[in-house]
Amino acid sequence: MLTKRIIACMDVRDGQVVKGVQFQQLRHAGDPAALARRYNTEGIDEVVILDITATLESRRALARTIEAVAHEIFLPLTVGGGIGSEEDAAAAVEAGADKVSLNTAALRSPELITTLARRYGSQAVIVAVDAKRRGNGFAVYVRSGTTDAARDAVEWAREAEARGAGEILLTSMDRDGTRAGFDCELTAAVSDAVNIPVIASGGAGGLEHFADVFTRGRADAALAASIFHYADTSVAELKRYLRREGIPVRL
Amino acid sequence: MIALIDYGAGNLTSVKKALTALGVDFRVPRDPAGCGRAAGLIVPGVGHFSATTALDAPWREAIGDAVRGGTPLLGICVGMQWLFEGSEEAPDVPGLGLLSGRCRLLRGDSARGVKVPHVGWNALEPPNAAAEAAALQVPAPERFRGRLLSGLAPAAHVYFTHSFAAPVTAACVASTTHAEPFAAAVERDRVFGVQFHPEKSGEAGLTILRNFLEACG
Repeated sequence: MLTKRIIACMDVRDGQVVKGVQFQQLRHAGDPAALARRYNTEGIDEVVILDITATLESRRALARTIEAVAHEIFLPLTVGGGIGSEEDAAAAVEAGADKVSLNTAALRSPELITTLARRYGSQAVIVAVDAKRRGNGFAVYVRSGTTDAARDAVEWAREAEARGAGEILLTSMDRDGTRAGFDCELTAAVSDAVNIPVIASGGAGGLEHFADVFTRGRADAALAASIFHYADTSVAELKRYLRREGIPVRL
Repeated sequence: MIALIDYGAGNLTSVKKALTALGVDFRVPRDPAGCGRAAGLIVPGVGHFSATTALDAPWREAIGDAVRGGTPLLGICVGMQWLFEGSEEAPDVPGLGLLSGRCRLLRGDSARGVKVPHVGWNALEPPNAAAEAAALQVPAPERFRGRLLSGLAPAAHVYFTHSFAAPVTAACVASTTHAEPFAAAVERDRVFGVQFHPEKSGEAGLTILRNFLEACG
């Protein structure tokens, strides 16, 4: 049986892991390669590196970060943040990324999804959707959550799938960094609308939040950052808990 | 020296990193003649079955000759599917035909949330183990037959990402179930194949790569 995946996300700026709350107030959380090594020992299923500044200087630092992490772990590695062109994606893949995550660029030029899916296969293309509750629906934001994209999250996820995305990385901006639990309604709405895996993100604070998003949220994978970085919750402890709850995981 | 066959499907970076970590001397041959000098061949691949057309007649002949001459061959993902006769994904593109059967699209089961593509960690099982053991009223086997999966416990988890898969035939040494069983690993003499990505499957994956390298002597 296909297991539910636990994914550790590292927001990286200038080669260091940082973490914010609701996309603001960044603080340092350590060295990416050292964190990746610890996660691997604890049984993480995948690692995501998000370059959260994506200036020219940090782009060069990013390639070194990807190489350092890919050298430590033999697990699927996704790179996102500021990937705006086929060349950016190629640089990430060349450095050791197995998948690239597109966000702002996918909305600006949706044909990039198709171009990358043709070049690397759909399995290598994740479309990241940052969503915020609005009325009865969920609005999409881009540019690290600063700009309203004037799109509905469910409808955009469907279009991303049709254009060749292999997975959706769905972040609740309302819950990001709050540790108040994943937005299960958002996750279920998108998961029911597409036939590709949905990775839930934003709000992980306790073990029960993961059980919740896999059952009520119908997520295929759950991503968290801060609760793993500061070792509040070990990945191994989380997986043992999920198995006790009857959720299939790789131990 | 191991020859890593590049036919332009996706990237070889992760396989190269794993082989480097295992201390393997490998080359990416530019022409088919490079296959004849290798102690083992690896055909990796992610992406579309039609990409295998880059392996034209001279490549097919060189790889076929090497295998007939006793050189071990490992196909990964699309590289494994290519060992069969063909695939529904590109019906006009012939596989190498070393193993009988054709690859088919996984159907999934959307009513039960079983999605296609099949992405993530899933368990390896001795093929038909449960059914056969029940019929024979014996315990299910505790290990995999063959060399490739030697040392792995049944239910070891490995990382998959694919939509098409090979059928469970006599060559199958491990099956995986995703709404239906398919061949996760195959082995016949010195021909090996894995549908999953050993280079992305943590310790279990590295064990499998080591087993293949041992078969290469």
